[in-house]
Parts: sequence; C-alpha cells; structure tokens
Amino acid sequence: MTGLVGNQKICSLALQKPGFQGRIVDVLAKGKVTQRLRELGFVPGTTLKVLRWGPLGDPIELELRGYRICLRRQDLMALQVELIAK
Amino acid sequence: MTSKGVLASPLRVALLGAPNSGKTTVFNALTGSRAKVGNFTGVTVERREAPLRGMQRSIHVLDLPGSYSLRGETIDECIVEQVLDGSIEGTPDALLIVVDATTLSRSLALVLEVLEGHSDRPLALVVTMVDELRARGGKLDFRKLGEALGIPVFPVVGHRGVGLDHLRESLARPEDWSPAKVFLKAMEPESRFKLVDQICEEIGSTEIEPDTRSDHIDRWLLHPFVGSFVFLAVMFLLFQSIFSWSVPAMDGIETLFQMIGSFSREVLPRSLLTELWADGILAGVGSVLVFLPQIVILFTLIHFLEDIGYMARAAFVIDRIMGWVGLQGRSFVVLLSCSACAVPGIMAARTIPSPRDRLTTILVSPFMTCSARLPVYTLLISAFIPSQNVFGLFGVQGLVMLGLYALGALTALGSAALLKSTIIRGELATFYMELPPYRMPTLKLLSVQVWHSARAFLKRAGTIIFVTSLVIWVLLNFPRSPVQSGTVPEIQAQQQLEVSVAGKVGHAIEPAIAPLGFDWKIGVGLIASLVAREVIIATLAQIYAVGNPDDFGGLRGAIQGDIDPVTGELTFNIAVALSLLIFFVFALQCTSTIVVMARETGSWRWPVFAFSYMLGLAYVASFITYRIATVWLL
Repeated sequence: MTGLVGNQKICSLALQKPGFQGRIVDVLAKGKVTQRLRELGFVPGTTLKVLRWGPLGDPIELELRGYRICLRRQDLMALQVELIAK
Repeated sequence: MTSKGVLASPLRVALLGAPNSGKTTVFNALTGSRAKVGNFTGVTVERREAPLRGMQRSIHVLDLPGSYSLRGETIDECIVEQVLDGSIEGTPDALLIVVDATTLSRSLALVLEVLEGHSDRPLALVVTMVDELRARGGKLDFRKLGEALGIPVFPVVGHRGVGLDHLRESLARPEDWSPAKVFLKAMEPESRFKLVDQICEEIGSTEIEPDTRSDHIDRWLLHPFVGSFVFLAVMFLLFQSIFSWSVPAMDGIETLFQMIGSFSREVLPRSLLTELWADGILAGVGSVLVFLPQIVILFTLIHFLEDIGYMARAAFVIDRIMGWVGLQGRSFVVLLSCSACAVPGIMAARTIPSPRDRLTTILVSPFMTCSARLPVYTLLISAFIPSQNVFGLFGVQGLVMLGLYALGALTALGSAALLKSTIIRGELATFYMELPPYRMPTLKLLSVQVWHSARAFLKRAGTIIFVTSLVIWVLLNFPRSPVQSGTVPEIQAQQQLEVSVAGKVGHAIEPAIAPLGFDWKIGVGLIASLVAREVIIATLAQIYAVGNPDDFGGLRGAIQGDIDPVTGELTFNIAVALSLLIFFVFALQCTSTIVVMARETGSWRWPVFAFSYMLGLAYVASFITYRIATVWLL
C-alpha cells in the first residue's frame, strides 16, 4: 500500500495513511498555521512518517526530526509530500 | 561592568528552549527550587527567578516558558520574546539555550535563531537527556557541536544531576564563554533548517532509533478502542481508590482531633478562650485536615500521569471530541490539570494559540472538579450515600463520586459548545502537540511533588481556613446571649446561635435557599464558602460544635443526626445532601479563581459573567435535584 491517491506522485500529507514514509516537497499556503509548521521543521527535504490516526480519524500522529507530534488533518492540507521508494 | 556597583544587581542567566526540553528540571537542580515539572509541553507558563546556590557573586537563574521559535505565537511564548527584548524588567545578561539531545535536528533551529539575534551577550548550550540519546543508540560529539556553533556546550542529565557541577562552575563567569559564531539572520525557517541539517551532517550526529518502549505502550494506549477504554479505566480506579484507600486514614485523623478536642475541654477551664480553641480552631481547621489522605491520593495519581507522559496521549485521544465543542486537545490538558486546582489550570491556558479557544477554556475550567471540592463531596457522600457494593465490586459511594466528576466535566464541555456557538464564535483553530517518550518518574521526584501539594493543602488549612474559622467563630459567638441561670447548656447554646451575627444573616437568607432544601446553617456555610469551597466544612463543623458543645463527635455524625427542633425530623437528609452536592458541582465559590480569571482575561467582565452563569446554573440544578430526590428517595 502506497497511501497515495490515484497515480499522482505528489500529494497532500493530509491524505496519507498510517505507515506512509515520505519527504516534504512543498508547503503551499503561507499563513499562520504553515508558519508554525515550518518552525516545527516541516520544510522541503524533511522526511517523515505517518504513525497513526486518532480515534475517529483525527488527529494524525507524525514522526520527523527525532520527535513525534500530532496535528489535525485540516492543518496538514498545505503540505505536499512524495513517497520514498523503499 | 564594574565589580562593585552602588546597587549591585544580580547577574541574570536565562534558560530558554523548546517546550519539554527540561529547562525547569535544570532550573530546579541549579537553584534548589521545586518548580512544577512534567513530561508534556507547556508546564511552565511564566517567568521565574531564583538565586544560584553556593556562589560568591550574586547570580540569578531565570526559568522561562518553552518556545518553538522567538516569534511568540502563544501568550507563554510572548513572555520569552518580552524578556529578551527587555519589555519585562530584569533582562538576562547571559542565555543558556536548552535542547533535548534526542530532538537535535529540530531544536537546533531555535538555537540558530538565538545565535542570529542575541549574540551580543554570552551564550551557552545545555544538552539535556543525553542518557536517553545513548540508550537509543544515538551519537553526539559535544566538542564538535560546540565548535560548529562557537559556544560552550554542557551535556547534562537534569533529574540525576549529571553534568550540573560543571555547568554551575561555568555560570560563575559567563564573560569568559567563547563567543558565538556569526550567523546571518535567516529570513525563513527553510534556510535555517538547511543550515541545521548541514551542521548535523558535519558533526556526525546520527539518526537515533525510535523509542521502542514508547512504541509498545502507545500501540495500546493510543489504540482507537483499547486506548479509550484504558482512559476510562484509569479515571474509574482513581475515584474508587479515593474512597476505599483513604477511609481508614481519614477515620484515624478524625478520631485524633476528637480526642484532642474532648481532652482540651476536660483539662482547660470553662472560658471563652477554651471555646475558641475547641469549637473554633479544632473543629474548624481539624474538620478540613481530615481530608489530607484524599488529597495525597489524588495528587499522587495526577503527578504520575503528568510525569510519565500520559497528558499528551489523553489530548491525542480526545482532540476530535473536543473539536465537536469547538475546542482542541490542548484545552483538555488544561481542563485535566484543573482537577488539581483551577488557578494553575487557567494560567496553563496561555499555551492555547487561538485567543477565542483560550477564553472559552478559561471560562469553563471552574466546572472541573478541583481538589477543594473533594472534601465537600467526600463528607456528604460518606455521610449520606450507603456504602454498599454493586456487582460485589464497585462501591456506590465511589460511583457517586465518579458521577460528580463526570457531571462537572460534561458541563464544562457543554458550556464550551454553548459559548463557542453564541458569544465567542470563531473558526475551528489549529491543534499541535508533541508526544514525548514515556519517562518513568523517579520515586524521589514523585514524592517531592506530592509532598509539595500536600504542604500547599496544609498551608491553606493553616492560613485561609484558620483565619475564616476565627472570623466565623466570632460571628457565631457575638453578640452574647444573656446567660439565664437554670437553663440547660444545650438550650443555652442554641439560643447563642440564634442571636449571633452569623445566625441572623443565615436566617435572613434562608427564604432564598429554602427551595433548594438548605437551612440557615448551610446558608452561613455557603456564604463562607465564597472565600474557598472547603471553608463550608469548617463553618458547618463550628456551627454544630457551638450548638452542641459537650457532644460534638465529628462533623459526619453531627449532620447525620441533626434534628429539626420544631418538626422533629432530620434536617439534613439525602435530598438535601444531593442538592448541596449538585450546587457545589456548578457554583464558582473561589476567590482565587475569580481573581486569576480577571488577570488572565484582562477584564472583570468575564469573571463576573462566569460567576453569574455558574451560580444561576447551580441554583436551578439544585432546585430540580431537591424536588426529584424528595419525591423519589424520601
């Protein structure tokens, strides 16, 4: 399972399922939320892992830069990621 | 800097860094303070200052809230910004940047940000949790890291005190610290993280293995079904244990105070001073001290959950449900910490980014069952709820206690939904929260924290409850009713209560509270409880002790056997008890909460609103409870 929708190569992080490992390629919107995300290390080139979804599908737990963080799906929309081939 | 100024102001060294990087643990170790620590982000929300121990020169250490960047997003982060730019008095002369060794590739970005903007003063790096880094197979060359940044690096294990002596020695002369390398101001986080990744590669900082122990635990605790079940089970056991474990200890303390009381009456001469001692101080303060065992159990469990790292997990599990009422997981952490006390809880709301979410959380936090309600609940439940078991396992008393906690929490959520859909409308705000590795607290840390909380409870009994007890005693005993020879002491005592100031006030408000089933004695207790909730216990104990001086066998027995002189029926029955319990679930009887609410929202408008809203709710709910209970249970 790749966790990608259709056969697009680049896709929003909000749509990825647990087990997904990928790399951030772009942060689309520039706003308050994405500013904080970028300060937290969500910048192009950073690799990350989707660990799990919360009960009822939200929030999403991610692992990046040696730490774990949970965020709401709506806030991850702007993050464009690509799958890392294993 | 001159060596001896006219007004020698201390040299200030500030600790700053990301949330949960261990700043307060280092601060406590350096200064011998006992500031609150915990394994989740946002424990420290204010600036704190204490002198460094054993120094010839006056050096003060500043503990600051955690911040992900120097651009303050939340109120606690803005404090860091203001301390650095000097808009809060006491600007630090040197900075200790604290980073968690296991999250270096994120934390270095903040380090660079500080180096870019604040290299005008001495800077040093404190790398915490190096034991965890090693345990997880990570390698870090501290010398190379220091060379890459230019500044001194101090690896430490804060809670074990490893590396702190070296740090303390260096703090004596920050002027001698090597100056930071010059880093051009990065305009965007992207360029800063590029540099971070470069540095990590340069110094050979290797990727560390994931924390497998946390993985195993999270597989269950964050499981959609099992996790929710575990959460409920933990809560359930907590309230069962408050009853079953603490009752023997409670009975012991109660017996002790009764013995001191009757002994004093026998030995001391019959005088006003003896009455003040026995009926005022012993009955008043003693009746509250009885609940120390509950406080200890409650705080042991809360501190354990905070230290081990469960708070962030609870936030993760509950965030979606908080979203339904317009709040977020972080609000839940705030509300959960209100089960100790609403005052630090309301301050912890500073960590909530959205101003609307923060205000809503502050306004509903007094609904959470705080430790001051615990004595009131325990007294009434143990006196009026039968101590049977259902299914041979769960005590009815524990279940009622659980029900009261649940009612408070559900009312908080319901009120949040109401506020967010009416007067504090706003879009669904963002939520982010770090999930730290599970960390077993040392027994020493846990016992220090529990002792700290128990001491705060004892201090309250010795100050606020002691003083209100004195005031109430005076109000109950003056003016004196004329002593008529030949009157039975009991009748004499009852007459005294009737003519006293407190008695008059109680009778005056009785018509207003009679629909709730409350008599004038409860009325006096309710007025006194506006100072602090548990004062009602001290007050009731005094009223019964004054009214029945020779046969006061503890408050529980007194309220169970209180008989109306006119009708001959029990004045305090289960309907009254339930009505009073419900009143305490809803009403905002706490001066400290009101004051801190005014300070944190910057206006008296909101505490006045919260007080009226909660009082109105308490009155209506108590009225309904009393009516229903009178029909069904009597």
